[in-house]
Amino acid sequence: MTNHWVDIRNADRILIIGSNAAENHPISFKWVTAAMEKGAKLINVDPRFTRTSSKADIYAPLRSGTDITFVGGMVRWVLNDMQQSTPAERAQKYNLTYLTQYTNAALIISSDYEGPDGSAHPGLFSGFTATPPEKAGRLGTYAKGTWNYASGTHPASDPAVVNNTWTAWSDLDPKCVLRLLWEHYSRYTPEKVQEITGCPQDKFLEVSQTYAASGETGKAGTIMYAMGTTQHSYGTQNIRAYAILQTLLANMGIAGGGINALRGTSNVQGSTDMGLLYHLLPGYLVVPVHTDQGISDYLKRARGVRSRVKPQGLAGDNSLSWWWNINLKAPEDPTDDYTYDLKSNWAKYTVSLLKAWYGTNAIADNGFGFNYLPKTTVGTDYSHIAVFEAMAAGIVKAAMVWGQNMAVGGPNAEGERTALEKLDWLMVVDLFETETAAFWKRPDADPATIDTEVFLLPAAGSYEKQGSISNSGRWAQWRYRAIPPIGEARPDLDIADELMLKLKELYEGDEAAPYREAITNLAWGYRSTEHPDEADPNLVAREINGYKSETGEILTSFITDLKSDGTTACGNWLFCGMFDAEGNNKAKKRDPVDSSLNQIGLYSNWSWCWPVNRRIIYNRASVDLDGNPFDNERPLVTWDAENKKWLGDVIDGGGNPINLAAGGAKNLPFIMNREGVARLWGTTLAEGPVPEAYEPWESPLSENLLTGVTADLDGSPKGKPGFNDPCCYVGDLNGMNQRGAPDEFPCVGTTYRVTEHWQAGQMTRNHPWLNELQPQPFAEIGEELADDIGVKSGDRVNVITARGSIEVVAVVTKRFQRMTIGDREIDHVGVPWHWGYMGLSKGLSPNGSSGNILTPHVGDANTTIPEYKTFLCRIEKA
Amino acid sequence: MAKAILFDSTKCTACRGCQVACKQWNNLEADETVNTGTYENPPDLSPRTWLKMRFNEVEDDGKLAWLFTRRACMHCTEAGCVKVCPTGAVYHHEEGFVAYNKDICSGCGYCVDACPFDVPRMVGSSLTGKKKMEKCVFCADRVTNDQKPACVKTCPTGALVYGDRNEMIGLAEQRVDKLAGQGVDAQLYGKDELNGLHVMYVLAHSPKDYKLPVNPEVSPSVTLWQDILKIMGYAAVGAVAGGLLLNYMVARARMVKEKEGK
Repeated sequence: MTNHWVDIRNADRILIIGSNAAENHPISFKWVTAAMEKGAKLINVDPRFTRTSSKADIYAPLRSGTDITFVGGMVRWVLNDMQQSTPAERAQKYNLTYLTQYTNAALIISSDYEGPDGSAHPGLFSGFTATPPEKAGRLGTYAKGTWNYASGTHPASDPAVVNNTWTAWSDLDPKCVLRLLWEHYSRYTPEKVQEITGCPQDKFLEVSQTYAASGETGKAGTIMYAMGTTQHSYGTQNIRAYAILQTLLANMGIAGGGINALRGTSNVQGSTDMGLLYHLLPGYLVVPVHTDQGISDYLKRARGVRSRVKPQGLAGDNSLSWWWNINLKAPEDPTDDYTYDLKSNWAKYTVSLLKAWYGTNAIADNGFGFNYLPKTTVGTDYSHIAVFEAMAAGIVKAAMVWGQNMAVGGPNAEGERTALEKLDWLMVVDLFETETAAFWKRPDADPATIDTEVFLLPAAGSYEKQGSISNSGRWAQWRYRAIPPIGEARPDLDIADELMLKLKELYEGDEAAPYREAITNLAWGYRSTEHPDEADPNLVAREINGYKSETGEILTSFITDLKSDGTTACGNWLFCGMFDAEGNNKAKKRDPVDSSLNQIGLYSNWSWCWPVNRRIIYNRASVDLDGNPFDNERPLVTWDAENKKWLGDVIDGGGNPINLAAGGAKNLPFIMNREGVARLWGTTLAEGPVPEAYEPWESPLSENLLTGVTADLDGSPKGKPGFNDPCCYVGDLNGMNQRGAPDEFPCVGTTYRVTEHWQAGQMTRNHPWLNELQPQPFAEIGEELADDIGVKSGDRVNVITARGSIEVVAVVTKRFQRMTIGDREIDHVGVPWHWGYMGLSKGLSPNGSSGNILTPHVGDANTTIPEYKTFLCRIEKA
Repeated sequence: MAKAILFDSTKCTACRGCQVACKQWNNLEADETVNTGTYENPPDLSPRTWLKMRFNEVEDDGKLAWLFTRRACMHCTEAGCVKVCPTGAVYHHEEGFVAYNKDICSGCGYCVDACPFDVPRMVGSSLTGKKKMEKCVFCADRVTNDQKPACVKTCPTGALVYGDRNEMIGLAEQRVDKLAGQGVDAQLYGKDELNGLHVMYVLAHSPKDYKLPVNPEVSPSVTLWQDILKIMGYAAVGAVAGGLLLNYMVARARMVKEKEGK
């Protein structure tokens, strides 16, 4: 989240989309309820009327997979309202200081840019190359040069936007971001929204008008989203659409605003912070690739173009450009990139990380041990889906599965279960014998044909171990062991620690083992003298915070303390400063006093959050050019002119307000971007500078109703760019990733969760009180569909896709309504995905009635998160 | 000082934390259930399920609502169960809720018929054949130790609150007014019903939509029995006893007189 949980109560408008917060984050609803008590309006957009919808002021239905159309329509509504208003009205209804000074609305894009709205390549942006995969792979890639600013280093701005003198779109430079945004989204009319999403126009307009009211200066709107947003082949662009809307409405960086991901498990925030994802090192540094011959190559590649980006014609002129802040002027020695790059923050964080891992074996002469790190191969995908493709192909021979149950939670579950059969060995660490650990003896398998050796290590539960958990709001809260683990169960930390100590022993004893220094040279000491038999999470936390390499002195700030000369060690720069100088871990703090300005609920002394305990990031955007809060009721930060300092939340980037810079840098608020302003238009994502509406991989339509591109299932069996997301990843799984067509599978299937069960069910389906509430797997269908197939509530049904079939109980409900999409009537079928073949509560069919038997091995273009949320199915009485 | 639980259905998300907290605090075993085509489970209250949530889909002017109702003992002031209990096992606590002393329950089952909300459930011991009643006991062990009932404690949205009954009525009426201001036809259920329930509800629709009885009353047969016939019965028994005594006195006097006369 950019904001945090408590902050939700500060909102005037709450949009819950791609999330069923009341269902799956029930405690969060305390804050939504608190906001509504103060008069906030709750809007909920979902294919199904859910527990969340039951509390909403406005519920709007939409076909699963059409968020970009819906939110694009909202963006169009706002832009249209801006244009239709006189400049004076516009300034009243929207925060124009924010729009013109803190975003790239006014900046000019390359004249070579061509959008998908043109006729040259409908549905596609300029720069596309199709790469239809033979087996598994992406549908295509983009060369993004034409999406960039016309001037890469000094983007010009349109004074008509900056000075708010425009009335018609034609008054603006044809390549000005605001105008391009209009031209792109002008196609997303209310009629189109209804046609594609199935949401009635009047309902859509009600949502747009109600939510857009948060654009007024002094008003705040927050967007809460979760897996309904992300688990699509264009999930990242779904989020991007929300970000564009929030930026136009000046809701980023203010109390009660932001883009707020409701994280799916209690410490997934921690896991991404610590770099557990395949493409990251701790602290969101990028992972090395095979062409990084050494640390100098790595830094050069990570840096990219060596230049600042200075927007012209704005009051602010400087971005702290946090990662690569050293690019202030031309390097002293143009041939020595490395010396120059070492001055950057990125380098300080990377070197400090290497020092934490390799200690005295990481020295300047060996690039601080950089080559000990494993490197990924350029062009190879290492995501979950890709790993299973590789497993199915016999490339991945073994797996360690920690607290994950992909036999239930992975896409195309039977395909992934089958892939596991190819492994030589599998280690599973979990509290129960899960479907994954038992894949070899599952009802559909023949153990005699499976050679995998399975090791099942019992894990301690969350009350049985000490450590921190980072919540959605980035708050790291330390927890203590309440009871010791039962039986032979051990905390994950102890298992990892013992494993590594054993590996070190083996590698130390074998001079011929390849790349052994990567293991033998690791600095590994997490046992305290008080407890020599178990790893101490406090020692791990201390290393993550950082200390001086020689003396062990605790570091307290990544801004001043981290160095790239090997004198500092830090396991994760984001957490440098979690400890105070006396060595106390602030994640343990529990001060319930709200001492924030006007009590906006920052609770800065409750736990510790990154970065530097800043509770709301981009908070510099909450003040005007003089440092005065836009919102006097909920001031997030404010400039104390007398004492020349900032009050309130930890200010994002130091320095004076822009107008009071007095010769110093005029710091823009979006410090992580090189240009310092928020990107309504951006070049980071794979498939476009702005989101475009595509159809899911399995779509009920034969034509993309926005772009006009046809599905062409026969000609493009893997997917058609422009109909589908042009860069999404389509898997194969040795032919088990079959794609269904609408004539055979006429319903839109979707998967989701229920309050009573948790993820793949290995804990909750072993709990009698929870099984009492939700004893069996089910599918929810609307009354019309139920009538058509002769099914009533309680009947057994089969839900079938091109990949498999599950037997479940039918729950017939008014909460799914038949929708008119284009020229056809569409029904949804919703399946909770918690069930499997293990545990006290099992599925009804031999495959455990797992919802993921139905889902495809298809991933998002940017993250390869699987498209769990929308596919084609049919449903029949069992 | 009378206490009460207030359930605000407009804030409830049916997370059913309350349902599980009740089981956990009172050490109640899980019922074996199946999915009958609804989220609702178990299908009914039972000796092991003292509290459950009900789900009801209601269409109002084309607008869909999903209503969540709490179902458990309503802790009535005019309590049918207390009226009929022959042993006094169910009785009114001084704080107003209907308390229960399981040890002296005779297992007669009269309370089951007497309850307008169909709450008490009987369970027999397979060993002794003795029956006992089971129902929500207002977490008497908690509330008499300055703790909130388990269901209230666990509720994340504040749909359940607990405190002095008058305070709860005040909160509820404030909420009803606020909702009315937003165009919702809200009401407070339980303020006066059965002389006042100690579990009250803020509703946004008619009680019928929440599957609650409108104008609940103790069954007339119970009233007839307890308030009239029983009295008449006692009176009859008293009359018989009195008659027998009178007869004895008169007969004795006559015998004495006869003896004296000889």
